[in-house]
Amino acid sequence: MLKVCLSGPLKGAADGAASVSIKALTIRELLRKLVTQYPDMQHQLDDGIAVSINGEIFRDSWSEEIPEGAEIFLLPRIQGG
Amino acid sequence: MANDTKFRNRKFKAVGTRPPRPDGLDKVTGRAKYGADTFAPGQLVGLILRSPHAHAQIKRIDTSKAEKLRGVKAVITSRDLPDLTDGDSDLYDILENSMARGRALYDGHAVAAVAAIDAPTARKALKLISVTYKILPHVTDVDEAMKPDAPLVQPRVFTSGVSPKPKSPSNVAKVSEFGHGDVKAGFKAADFIVERSYKTEQTHQGYIEPHACLASVGPDGHGELWVTTQGHFIFRNTCAALLGMEVAKLKVTSSEIGGGFGGKTHIWMEPIALALSRKANRPVKVEMSRDEVFRSTGPTASTSIDIKIGAKKDGRITAATAVLRYQDGAFPGSWAMLGAMTSYACYDLKNVKTTGYDVLVNRPKVAAYRAPSAPMAAFAVESAVDELATEIGMDPIDFRIKNAAKEGTQSSYGPTYGPIGIGPTLAAAKKHPHMRARLKKNQGRGMACGFWFNFGGETCTDLNIGNDGTVTLTVGTIDVGGARASLSLIAAEELGIPYERVKCNITDTGSLGHNDMTDGSRGTFSSGMSTIFAARKAIEILRQRAADTWAIPIKDVTWEDGQAIAKGKKHKKLKPLSLNELAAASPNSGGPIAGHSQIVADGAGVSFASHICDIEVDPDTSATKVVRYTVIQDAGKAVHPDYVEGQFQGAAAQGIGWALNEEYVYDENGRLQNPGFLDYRVPVCSDLPFIDTQILEIPNPNHPYGIRGVGETSIVPPLAAIGNALSNVAGVRMTHTPMSPPRIRKAIRGKQT
Repeated sequence: MLKVCLSGPLKGAADGAASVSIKALTIRELLRKLVTQYPDMQHQLDDGIAVSINGEIFRDSWSEEIPEGAEIFLLPRIQGG
Repeated sequence: MANDTKFRNRKFKAVGTRPPRPDGLDKVTGRAKYGADTFAPGQLVGLILRSPHAHAQIKRIDTSKAEKLRGVKAVITSRDLPDLTDGDSDLYDILENSMARGRALYDGHAVAAVAAIDAPTARKALKLISVTYKILPHVTDVDEAMKPDAPLVQPRVFTSGVSPKPKSPSNVAKVSEFGHGDVKAGFKAADFIVERSYKTEQTHQGYIEPHACLASVGPDGHGELWVTTQGHFIFRNTCAALLGMEVAKLKVTSSEIGGGFGGKTHIWMEPIALALSRKANRPVKVEMSRDEVFRSTGPTASTSIDIKIGAKKDGRITAATAVLRYQDGAFPGSWAMLGAMTSYACYDLKNVKTTGYDVLVNRPKVAAYRAPSAPMAAFAVESAVDELATEIGMDPIDFRIKNAAKEGTQSSYGPTYGPIGIGPTLAAAKKHPHMRARLKKNQGRGMACGFWFNFGGETCTDLNIGNDGTVTLTVGTIDVGGARASLSLIAAEELGIPYERVKCNITDTGSLGHNDMTDGSRGTFSSGMSTIFAARKAIEILRQRAADTWAIPIKDVTWEDGQAIAKGKKHKKLKPLSLNELAAASPNSGGPIAGHSQIVADGAGVSFASHICDIEVDPDTSATKVVRYTVIQDAGKAVHPDYVEGQFQGAAAQGIGWALNEEYVYDENGRLQNPGFLDYRVPVCSDLPFIDTQILEIPNPNHPYGIRGVGETSIVPPLAAIGNALSNVAGVRMTHTPMSPPRIRKAIRGKQT
């Protein structure tokens, strides 16, 4: 089971929770299960999301495997200039 | 090995050198073609009618007289851009920002457009369009917009990021909270606390080239768009969606770009040009005036920020908070969220909380501006950090070093850092001769740090080897600052050939797979990675061709210094085959030799900078002059150091202008008062000293060459570095940018009274 930390506007989509527990092997599975558990998260996914696995931020590589015990942060997808 | 993204301490031959950029000659001789520099047979002139009101209901638009004017070929309003967005609110915002739909939301909002045979006719036609407005109450200040009785900018916007969901609309579009630990306990443990509020005014990127495009849409639904942009693939996708076109049938070609800095990542008048062309069945060119650029494209946010930082006597920060209110213009954005994420990213904090409020006002839609949102947050945080260090009695740089984030620190926005460069940039600043240089009378010195994320994204690259052994590298990321030189160096490095043998082209959307924008400092990071992989695929083919030529297994063939070498004692009589020889033989050895790469480049490393600034203040007029400025930034691997230094210098120059001069000035009616470079003054060469640079190369472990982004971070520290220098010379704490002579004078007088 992964502890998935939420921050910023993503907390609002998970009833204000700072973290949620989800069993997943890849980012894709993680996001799928997250939306099943918290349907409001779909809107956040549509807005754009990034996943930090042990400090490395993935924006688009949803096939990325998540090691057991990894530190997972869900972050809003950001814009640059 | 083909797609191995890890950095493996590679020793470079081409990368790290400083050859001339391939686009340099065209640019200095005027041969380069920018947004306004292309023409089509029968093209029309497109002009846009804009709202003079900050907020108004559009009761009626009568275009009949304009349509009857001889030489007018098309007149459009929002009726000609039907809503095809299918519930996509982001897309709808772009549509509504392109052309007002029932309400003008800011001074400069487009309400109608014409296409005519020449500019005088188009101008005359604009005057013949009659718009009946009902003026509505407006708000342009971020703090005013948050008050309960403020005029509502967008009735469809409900605050997101809060629980439970609100039931009524609000000007607060989004609330974003970040942080960890217990700030209440942290402040209780502090011996010293600094608490202060700051304001920053709205600034524009100030790119020299105004927006321009040439659109051509035929009755068969096929179209072309030539445009100055930071991301022609995104422009294609967005414009196609808004116009109801199929993506493959709209070919977008990017011109050379005369500066963008984030402002050309957004769609502005391009759907109007396409809609005019579609209606007129003729090509239509639209060129914005400078007035239009200021009033109608996206500046950065103005802000209002509250900072509180506590520390022990020994200089260790115990807690830090920030409340950041950023105005988004008339459409929701995530600018305060970015401020909340970046504000304390330089520091190792056990207790930190930041809250961002994205707020709607009747101003143009805010756009990205180089490390968007981070400079304002850094102005507030780095000013407070300096003040706190002074209160404790510590040298501000030692205070920063003591509290700097490092590998293993949990960042203030969440994740734990890998190897990062804030500590090394601070150590380099402390050691830099600039820090020890003697100051003259009326001069002060300040320093500040800055952070930016950097990111990667979708990237697609082709590498083709010609029969003479020259290499054509085809990329889809716009070259905003020397990327063609950097990418050519990378291709040369990987193939082991001279830089001069590589030609890098930026192609149109019909010729390559999707590429994300050149934003987030991603151009060289992403296309560099993709180029490496494309080159490695070509090398695989070259090795196979050599193996076939020699009739030996490919495993016995290596690629070194631009040639195939047969390895092993049994092949010692086989002379190496160069890339040129293999290329010349290609027609009879299997045909063209090419490498293609399509990747999602993730793993961009974060970047930090520390800046030192000396400023002189005229005691009589409070006029300021930056007399010395030093930028120290972690670049990962500097592929082409000249252009890395250029990015550092350009970013610092923009930050200096932001700090001292630049601001949007609105009158009481919400009309912009200074939409031109005469009254909105960006610094020119004579205003600035030579900006000294020091590149630190802390490799990104997630890139084969250790590349991080370099383009944005150094706009982050200047506001605070200048504010701290001013504080040290004038004895006043500046809390409002731009720190113009009147504001400095007011602060000094306030201190005296």
